[in-house]
Amino acid sequence: MAAAARMNAPAQSAPYDVAAVRRDFPILSRQVHGKPLVYLDNAASAQKSRCVIEAMCQLYEQEYSNVHRGVHVLSGLATTRFEAGRETVRRFLNAASANEIVFTRGATEAINLVAQTFGRSQLTAGDEIILSVLEHHANIVPWQLLAQEKGLSLKIVPLDARGQIMLDEYEALLSPRVKLVALAHMSNVLGTVLPVADIVRLAHARGIPVLLDGSQAVTHQLVDLQALDADFYVFSGHKLYGPTGVGVLYGKEALLNTLPPWQGGGDMIETVTFAGSTFKPAPQRFEAGTPAIAEVIGLAAAIEYLEQLGMGNVHAHEAMLLEHASTELAGVPGVTLQGTAPGKGAIISFTIQGAHAQDIALLLDQQGIAVRVGHHCCMPLMAHLGVTGTVRASFGLYNTLDEVDGFVRAVRKAAELLV
Amino acid sequence: MTTLAHLLDDFEFLTDWEDRYRHLIELGHTLPGLAEDEHTEANRVTGCMSQVWLVADQQPDGRYIFRADSDGIIAKGLIAIVLLAYSGKTSAEIAAVDIDTIFKQLGLDQHLVVNRRNGFFAMVARIKALAQVPAH
Repeated sequence: MAAAARMNAPAQSAPYDVAAVRRDFPILSRQVHGKPLVYLDNAASAQKSRCVIEAMCQLYEQEYSNVHRGVHVLSGLATTRFEAGRETVRRFLNAASANEIVFTRGATEAINLVAQTFGRSQLTAGDEIILSVLEHHANIVPWQLLAQEKGLSLKIVPLDARGQIMLDEYEALLSPRVKLVALAHMSNVLGTVLPVADIVRLAHARGIPVLLDGSQAVTHQLVDLQALDADFYVFSGHKLYGPTGVGVLYGKEALLNTLPPWQGGGDMIETVTFAGSTFKPAPQRFEAGTPAIAEVIGLAAAIEYLEQLGMGNVHAHEAMLLEHASTELAGVPGVTLQGTAPGKGAIISFTIQGAHAQDIALLLDQQGIAVRVGHHCCMPLMAHLGVTGTVRASFGLYNTLDEVDGFVRAVRKAAELLV
Repeated sequence: MTTLAHLLDDFEFLTDWEDRYRHLIELGHTLPGLAEDEHTEANRVTGCMSQVWLVADQQPDGRYIFRADSDGIIAKGLIAIVLLAYSGKTSAEIAAVDIDTIFKQLGLDQHLVVNRRNGFFAMVARIKALAQVPAH
């Protein structure tokens, strides 16, 4: 595919028809508390289009069997569709090879996999791992566990006042003892999109590999892994409008093949004797046991749907929602927006002076508006912001300007009741 | 002092969510709460989405007086109702309280989202434990 076609700019063709998009998501037509559902909890998990639901149903009704090694028709069909799913993920991310796509249960398992294989085999006492203040617990705790086991230390990149990482501080932390950089591509709380090109370039100049947590970024923008050049990239299927229980670890093929297996079992071996076993190359080496077959096929359907819409169009639509919501919300008395970095993605966190975040979210729910409240699995970031929690509205490809207006009206109402 | 009967009368005429919540928030503002040094880990009821602290003082006649606090105002309103239902009672009376029915009568049962209900039951469970109500 031509590089220009992979840019985030909107496609020239048909305008983005959000009403048509909404009709593809059956759950969006339901009501809550007698009011139309306004779903603004997409950063926690996105809703599923009919094509995802139908792809999974069709597999179970027509083509289901276990994958790999079968000689019967259904096993062949299921295997073909499963491996086509891997190719769909490769194409979506512009990875060099489908062998670089490892299916996991989610982003959390993918990071744990890297910690348990790369981390345990290549890091030794005194080595350092770089994280940032805004990381999700999934990109903190696996490294903490590893650090305790091996005597490593974690170095934390600070944030500036707008919620962007301080790149000069990051560069200063890149000592010869650093053996891995593990950062979010986009913050799940602030919406900040990290300067990943600079992050990778500065680390690689010192021979340090980089893992990026793309759980939020992949849903809002086009990701080109060959251009990005990250060594590991992880995300979850369910935030990308796909099913729960499936996620992706991307790793450069040569790197993956230097790593020991993590979980042992069927499907990942070449030969097994009681004297020992030999293992397949990536990705099978890291996929012990029966994988989430229907979920991979559902994820592939979700990606094909996104490709049809065009990630550039999705990005432009969400940027419009974000701009409108940010402007309107900032005008509500007492509201503080948390995270205002330029170029941020479609996530808004806020607090209201004198009102508990929990109470705001509860009153929004009464008005049919689903948001998330609390620490968002980012307790170190909450401590940095000096809050116990925030209310987070995260926008998706099916949200509308009318919904944004309804959300802001509901926040005004909540503030009026609480303050 | 408001009684549970008064409260049921008040809520009977509140038909929409906004009025119910306005009333709940007002109730929250009337809750005396706890002293700062009672906001301890030992007094904290885990499982609630807002932070909740609960203290029991047993009277010479065996009755339990409960006092509680939260950092959320809606949680404080809910606590005020729970205390009306449970405080000043003996262990046997506490065991006999049907809190589900009370919230149904107040029209607040569907307004408590699942998480909050769970937290809410954590508080009721703590009350029963403090009053030494045998489980089942």
